[in-house]
Amino acid sequence: MTAASSGSHPVRTEQDVVLARQQVRKLAVSSGLRLVDQTKLVTAASELARNTVIYGGGGDMDWEVVEEGIRKGVRLVFRDEGPGIPDMKLAMTDGWTSGGGLGLGLTGARRLVDEFSLESAPGNGTRVTICKWS
Amino acid sequence: MDRIPILRMGEFLLVTIQVDMHDQLALALQDDLSERISRTSARGVLLDISALDIVDSFIGRMISTISGLSKIMDAETVVVGMQPAVAITLVELGLTMPGVLTALDVERGMNLLRERVQTQ
Ligand SMILES: Nc1ncnc2c1ncn2[C@@H]1O[C@H](COP(=O)(O)OP(=O)(O)O)[C@@H](O)[C@H]1O
Ligand SMILES: [Mg+2]
Repeated sequence: MTAASSGSHPVRTEQDVVLARQQVRKLAVSSGLRLVDQTKLVTAASELARNTVIYGGGGDMDWEVVEEGIRKGVRLVFRDEGPGIPDMKLAMTDGWTSGGGLGLGLTGARRLVDEFSLESAPGNGTRVTICKWS
Repeated sequence: MDRIPILRMGEFLLVTIQVDMHDQLALALQDDLSERISRTSARGVLLDISALDIVDSFIGRMISTISGLSKIMDAETVVVGMQPAVAITLVELGLTMPGVLTALDVERGMNLLRERVQTQ
């Protein structure tokens, strides 16, 4: 797998979440994802970017357009240096929220993409990586 | 701060969401709408989301809240124009919006509102 292009986007404010969504839409279009898959990827990115702002205290989204043979994809990494997630199993439970959310961001994002990984340790921030292929 | 406009059409209110909303804007809409329903005694709200190319859990919750709020205030809300890709994504995200009325377009939404308001 090779990276055709890559970059980074700040995710610190609500407005950054909106801009990140727009950026991910462009990447999804340029990678040849069909409309439904674009929509799924942008929705997952919106959930994760909001978590980065609200729970992670702000961070960044790294993006990469990746190629493997004839297929293309978009890989996104949402990372912050916030408090981390003390109980990852709990956080990955549908409907569980420590705030006032619906508790569908992490679990929903996982269902919407092809690859999902969550790394976090209390006090060491959070890193969520997702990838969607064309 | 900018606001999403709320138009009055007879006994109904029409809200057309035309921007990629940040979270505060969505929350402001909730407040503005409940205030307008009470001030105008509107019997129904048409929420046109045809320009929204995603609905995530935050916006989904806003839609449910608006629907619930309006019911408490003796008004019905109909959500119109959800794009098919958005609907498919919502199901996979796990977001169900129980009790939220939907219609394909504004015209059908308006008819549905009229029916609902008459039978009450
Ligand atoms: N970046 C993060 N940093 C710290 N905690 C997080 C982060 N992302 C998610 N969490 C935790 O995981 C929980 C579940 O997240 P999510 O599924 O998006 O639901 P919600 O945002 O509705 O709470 C959050 O309530 C929070 O406790
Ligand atoms: Mg969330």
